[in-house]
Amino acid sequence: MNSWTAFRGILAKDMRAYYLKPPNISWGLIFPIAWTLMFFVRSGSPVELTDVLPGVVVLSILFGTTSMLAVTITFERRSRSFERLLLAPISLSLLIGAKTAGAIVFGVINALIPMIWASFLLDLSGTNWALLLVGVTLTAIASTFLGLFVAVSVREVFEAQTFSNFFRFPMLFLSGLFIPVAALPFYLRPISYILPPTYGTDIIRMATTGRAVMPLGLSLPVLMVLIVLLFLGSMSNVKKKWIL
Amino acid sequence: MSMIESCGLTKDYDGFVAVRGIDFTVDSGEFFGLLGPNGAGKTTTINILIGLARLSQGRARIAGLDVGEDMVRIKAQIGVVADESNLYDELSGYDNLCFCGSLYGLSPRLRQQRADKLLDEFGLSPARDKKFRAYSRGMKRKLTIAAALIHEPSLLFLDEPTSGIDVESVRQIRRMLQSLNNDGVTIFLTTHYIEEAERLCDRVALMVKGEIVATDSPARLIEACQHDNVLQLTVDQAAAPFLPALSQAFPSVHISEVAEATFAVTSEEILDIAPFALWFGERCARLLEARLVKPSLETAFVMLTNLDAKSMKKEKEKKGT
Repeated sequence: MNSWTAFRGILAKDMRAYYLKPPNISWGLIFPIAWTLMFFVRSGSPVELTDVLPGVVVLSILFGTTSMLAVTITFERRSRSFERLLLAPISLSLLIGAKTAGAIVFGVINALIPMIWASFLLDLSGTNWALLLVGVTLTAIASTFLGLFVAVSVREVFEAQTFSNFFRFPMLFLSGLFIPVAALPFYLRPISYILPPTYGTDIIRMATTGRAVMPLGLSLPVLMVLIVLLFLGSMSNVKKKWIL
Repeated sequence: MSMIESCGLTKDYDGFVAVRGIDFTVDSGEFFGLLGPNGAGKTTTINILIGLARLSQGRARIAGLDVGEDMVRIKAQIGVVADESNLYDELSGYDNLCFCGSLYGLSPRLRQQRADKLLDEFGLSPARDKKFRAYSRGMKRKLTIAAALIHEPSLLFLDEPTSGIDVESVRQIRRMLQSLNNDGVTIFLTTHYIEEAERLCDRVALMVKGEIVATDSPARLIEACQHDNVLQLTVDQAAAPFLPALSQAFPSVHISEVAEATFAVTSEEILDIAPFALWFGERCARLLEARLVKPSLETAFVMLTNLDAKSMKKEKEKKGT
């Protein structure tokens, strides 16, 4: 049988049933706009705007993907419709791939909103769009897998939200989104370097400003390794918790 | 040819053994029932066979494929109806069926054709475009069964398919299942409705506390207690408080509570009503009705499992709420 038909079916169903619903569209639009306005309006000079843009982009991705995935998976598991997916004749990795694909697309779209806003306020002609797309996509994948990790670990939607906030908010300060990692106390820096958004922000910063804390040769592979680790961790968790 | 082979199937949840080394086979084209009260291990057994739970010990094969190793290939051949209607509230009946078709790799045209056909067969065409959440309980159940048939499986697992739905839907579902079985689909049904198992199944396995205590056709199971006389006594008060004393007073017979105010007295000897009427009279209870009944699967179930048939009825009521 064609497993990709199942993949497309799950993705299309999730888009229709969750991501394209008015509350989620409004969440996807309003949330990044709110972040954007908060930093851009508050910011005084164009230089600062450029500096905060990568952080706002990563923030929009992080909150968008983790919220959506944690909710959709937890909700489906609660209503037991998720069993239907587990009973489909597809591998578990393909199933997880299909479930996370919607959140990844949602995250990438979320990243566009601050970029669109920024295009009115900043000169983005120097942006490396290809690298930006790579950075945004990898950050969306990493954030989605973080959301998956949460979704697998809890039973209720409210638990998913609480657990998500438990790591999302510290990440605001620890991932170099708005405060450079170098400015953090030395004992917190090791934590920063195991967080995917640290690398995502740096890649996006390189794409938008041409400057970065780490060389791309380091941040890109490290982010990819973190993605693989998160995926493997989630898969092992899925097998343990969903196939009893 | 065996469609399902289970050999020493065991499931241990951190020390709690839900299924204890059960052996059974289900032949191709057979209508097989797993009958037992709540907590007997019926759902766990199904979950192992469909890949939602891991085997702790033993071996199981479906259509010659090993459960656990060939699960993806097995899943392509089976349809599963869970004990709850678990389709998507946000999608219409038609979209739910098409989505389920996509999970089995059906082309868009094929899944649309089959969705329309199934909606028609289950009498759900008028509600085709209604959201699943707006369906009645019976309609939800029917659509859930239809969804399990979208890929035309050769083996259908049904976990309590008629629990908590209206009588008309129950009748319709039973007719559909019978018709599917006549068309060659092997059916594995778990139920606590004794009369459902008796009416539909070619063979029944009686399961209690994780073990199968008997497996045979309903007719043969009943035949095994054919030599018994069953007297049903209905009193004007709740039966339960009388049961221990009644059993003690008549030790040579087997007495069980079959309804709120009804006992079943089973004995190999011909039963006389008078001692019972007297016994109840002495306890200020009136014997309202006494009738000899033909042994049924319920009688066989009570005899073979030593369980009260009422425990099954209680579960029925609980599930129906």
